[in-house]
Amino acid sequence: MDRRLLPAIVLLGVALAAPFIVYPVFLMKVLCFALFACAFNLLIGYVGLVSFGHAAFFGGAAYITAYSVKVWGWPTEAGLLAGIAVAALLGLAFGAIAIRRQGIYFAMITLALSQMVFFFCLQAKFTGGEDGIQSIPRRPLFGVIDLKNELTLYYVVLAIVLSAFWLIYRTVHSPFGQVLKSIRENEPRAVSLGYRAEHYKLLAFVLSAALSGLAGSLKSVVFQLASLTDVQWQMSGEVILMTLVGGLGTIFGPVVGAVVVITMQNYLAPLGEWVLVIQGVIFVVVVLAFRRGIVGEISAWLSRLRA
Amino acid sequence: MAGAVEFILETQGLTKEFAGFVAVRGVNLQVRAGTIHAMIGPNGAGKTTVFNLLTKFLIPTAGRIHYQGREITKARPADVARLGLVRSFQISAVFPHLTVLENVRIALQRRLGNSFHFWRSEAVLDGLNERAHALLADVGIGDFWALRAADLPYGRKRALEIATTLALEPEVLLLDEPMAGLGHEDIGRISALIRRVAKGRTVLMVEHNMSVVAELSDTITVLQRGEILAEGPYGEVSRDARVIEAYVGTGHG
Repeated sequence: MDRRLLPAIVLLGVALAAPFIVYPVFLMKVLCFALFACAFNLLIGYVGLVSFGHAAFFGGAAYITAYSVKVWGWPTEAGLLAGIAVAALLGLAFGAIAIRRQGIYFAMITLALSQMVFFFCLQAKFTGGEDGIQSIPRRPLFGVIDLKNELTLYYVVLAIVLSAFWLIYRTVHSPFGQVLKSIRENEPRAVSLGYRAEHYKLLAFVLSAALSGLAGSLKSVVFQLASLTDVQWQMSGEVILMTLVGGLGTIFGPVVGAVVVITMQNYLAPLGEWVLVIQGVIFVVVVLAFRRGIVGEISAWLSRLRA
Repeated sequence: MAGAVEFILETQGLTKEFAGFVAVRGVNLQVRAGTIHAMIGPNGAGKTTVFNLLTKFLIPTAGRIHYQGREITKARPADVARLGLVRSFQISAVFPHLTVLENVRIALQRRLGNSFHFWRSEAVLDGLNERAHALLADVGIGDFWALRAADLPYGRKRALEIATTLALEPEVLLLDEPMAGLGHEDIGRISALIRRVAKGRTVLMVEHNMSVVAELSDTITVLQRGEILAEGPYGEVSRDARVIEAYVGTGHG
């Protein structure tokens, strides 16, 4: 057997057994944010673009899924697809405007655009304003799988998130992924070989937005709630934090980052606002001392041991 | 090759201004098909700017560029590469964290038309390996295929860059200071390589190393302060009083 598969198999075993030990809703929250962070990482880690507007895709999709399932009575799978589609379209619009810019300018444009989405959600009638869209029904998946059972829902969410992970892995290791890497490494050279760099970056941006949308849509199904928190700029900041803590540009890093950040938020919740201070301190420590993030540092340490 | 066109690459009144500073002024350059053409001149003469204009990395302020008889003044850089006008860079341009083989495959991959396929395995690119190995062997780095490009010695990176460029089967090669930073031994090897790959192609290069220029080029264009000072074969240009003055005046040999 391929030894590289071993950690993946161990993790799969842990994921299958986890709901018998840990509260399933908490696990599902971790899964949604792990997917969000991995989708974000596709852009920052493999294209080298820092978006500060990913909350728009996450929250926008959450609202669309919530509304179509609750108000229009769509089945859950249709609601999820609608969320992904809207996130992808938003991504196309954001990307078309921002993709020619780099570094801080790219971050600022995506932030500005996502703030526009936020204010739209704040003002628009269908989002329910400060209340958000609450008690979204968990309609059976494909008309047969009962999502009201929390354990069933967990395995459905797990299956969807794992498929999305696989798609991200496939994208990174595809002919498209090869071109993306070459653009990240040396954009003028890739252009001089005949690749129109913006088109590749735009597709990566749309993929990242669509997968972030899937994460947001799943979150609204799990919590039966879509609210302004999901589209707020803090959400964009949180996903950056998760990715950096875990290790950007690594496949598992963002997952680890999401586990760490969500666990902290959950178990330190009694401390109230202090959670933000602790998060801030961790962020500073990571940026100053562990640039590669948890997974990045561990794999660098392992390869030093082997050498 | 388009046989009817005598000059494969031609500029008329090519001019580039940067915020009031004129880097290139009214350059009429004619590159004959199938020759090696060198551009020389003291630092700041505008050689690299001309290069960037020809490959569309810069937009000219005025003037026109024709390639194989068609106007490319407004084309995008990726598009001129697709037409067969491919450049190298002054600082060796490889993809450092990809392997040597992958570097060449990136160039070969475009013609497969699967470069947007994010749902397919990169194993579909293995079909290019044979051609990639052949290109690497051709420039003398066949044994290094599994190394990361960053781990190659500098001279070998140059060879890799040339192999990658050749993978596109270009009509015209634009080499920006191919000998920059190379040791004596590498210079001999790379200049022999350039002579060999120039067969059946056109090469336009910017180069400071005069013995290389003398040995390789059919035609030399001397630039000074953004304008053409002299043009012709090496023997003629090197005796030109204005050229000697320009070089002595700025301390170049």
